[in-house]
Amino acid sequence: MDWEALWLTARLAGLVAAILLLVSLPLAYWITFSRRRWTFLVESVVSLPLVLPPTVLGFYLLVSFGARSPLGQFWMAWTGRSLAFTFEGLVVASLIYSLPFAVQPVAAAFSQVDPTLREASATLGASPLRTFMRIVLPLSKQGVLTGVILSFAHTVGEFGVVLMVGGNLPGVTRTVSISIYDQVQTLQYAEANRTALFLLAFSFTVLLVVHGLRRRPLAAAPMA
Amino acid sequence: MTLTARLLTRLSPGFTLDVTFQAEPGVTVLFGASGSGKTTILRCVAGLTRPHTGRIAIGERVLYDSQTQADVAVQERRLGYVFQQLALFPHMSVAENIGYGLAALPRDERRARVTAAAESFHISALLDRRPDRVSGGERQRTALARALVTDPDALLLDEPLSALDYAIQRHIMDDLRRWNEARRIPVLYVTHSHREAFALGDRLIALEHGRIVASGSPHEVLDHPAQAPLAALAGFENLFDATVMARHEQAGTMTCLLAGTSTELEVPLGVAAPGAPIRVAIRAGDILVSDREPAGLSARNVLPGTVERCIMQGATVVATIDAGARFTVHLTPGGAETLALRPGPTVWLVIKTYSCRVTGPRNSAEP
Repeated sequence: MDWEALWLTARLAGLVAAILLLVSLPLAYWITFSRRRWTFLVESVVSLPLVLPPTVLGFYLLVSFGARSPLGQFWMAWTGRSLAFTFEGLVVASLIYSLPFAVQPVAAAFSQVDPTLREASATLGASPLRTFMRIVLPLSKQGVLTGVILSFAHTVGEFGVVLMVGGNLPGVTRTVSISIYDQVQTLQYAEANRTALFLLAFSFTVLLVVHGLRRRPLAAAPMA
Repeated sequence: MTLTARLLTRLSPGFTLDVTFQAEPGVTVLFGASGSGKTTILRCVAGLTRPHTGRIAIGERVLYDSQTQADVAVQERRLGYVFQQLALFPHMSVAENIGYGLAALPRDERRARVTAAAESFHISALLDRRPDRVSGGERQRTALARALVTDPDALLLDEPLSALDYAIQRHIMDDLRRWNEARRIPVLYVTHSHREAFALGDRLIALEHGRIVASGSPHEVLDHPAQAPLAALAGFENLFDATVMARHEQAGTMTCLLAGTSTELEVPLGVAAPGAPIRVAIRAGDILVSDREPAGLSARNVLPGTVERCIMQGATVVATIDAGARFTVHLTPGGAETLALRPGPTVWLVIKTYSCRVTGPRNSAEP
């Protein structure tokens, strides 16, 4: 087994899931509770990675990471490194690619919270922030946990975007799924099988946990 | 402190809420059918719904004024609100629910206030339980305690007791009255039950289609309902369209003919001229039933009829009796048994003149 790839994948997925948790809470809150008319636009943009071919997403990310794009120039000026073919670039790409898997379960959970509970909280003197922390968030625990687990699992399994943006550099951008591809290319079938079996067991466990948490039939949230 | 409100807001096409009222300390009942705008009034006062134009104030404190653009946020209005669905926080214990609005207080004081409120509403034994582990009446008490423990400037109650049986309603209401005796804040109590309105209200405001159609003491408004829909809500089960046939100034009565029948009733003398359309409202419990023709009565109206239907509703026998017009009569089970009341035989209905309330004709909007 390619332990280096495994450790890299775990770091990548953990970091991405943690950042997405912080991003998805305000984003899901805004999508769920804002009365503005164009929330649907933001919802569509957030969900875009669900339907977009990973190579398309990867291509545009690669272009925007390049030295001629504003993002690429900014990153280069700030860190002195390129985003393309680096671990940092992989993190940015994975954030975008896994965003819907973090936001949608959280938004679904928020919208399930009875609006009169939020109103009751307000009439009892609670600010919107306190209402969120004491009422909405505790009652959405399962959705938030589902979002974290799904975004972690989805980042572990991504392939197309990683290949486009990160390439295949051992210890830098070679994740487990790339590693399997590599092993098959070099005809190491036994090795590929071990890694694949490991990922299969991992994915199945994730789904067991998610469904165990939810204990409801497939809801609106996307599955990895 | 007095709550004053003037509200104008369009809720849906063809439905405009347009009311102006005052609520003094004590219980003011907002009475009306569902969809008459009662809950919207509470929501506007609480700040959960913004009226189109208007002004809401408690004493000198202005909560909303469309002219000066004042609009105090919900969480700063210092009002207690008990929702129809109660909206207890399911993930908190009864004690945490009650203490929720006291976040600004030090822990010890908060605990003392929660304990005191729980005692006033007889739920001290349940403080550690979750809301789904207590009875319906106890949930109502928890919701009331949670709203009142914050010492609000006014209390807004949206049909808080309608799901409970009468005995528990009375008990909780007594607790609420006792609680308010010392504080004297205005309580707006929304209901469509005339029994609750009689039992609880110091004053009553009757609403219909977003407008106030009557106000006064519950007895003034509900005993002499000016409009037919209000009469039905006020517990007058029998409502008849009728035409004035003759006025008897000396006797203080007039004779009227029930529409579509040959049945005549003597009703109290009103302002209606002969030939004028009126509506007659009679409570089902105000009609006597006899199994033989009664004689020597002061009652002016003795009508023969046949029993069509007899059903038990709770502790009341509801009989439908065809005496030209179809009357609904309420009897006690004992009374029905004495008469051996069953569909078929002829019976006589006895109705006092003063049990017949004359209201405006159908569709006359103003009293």
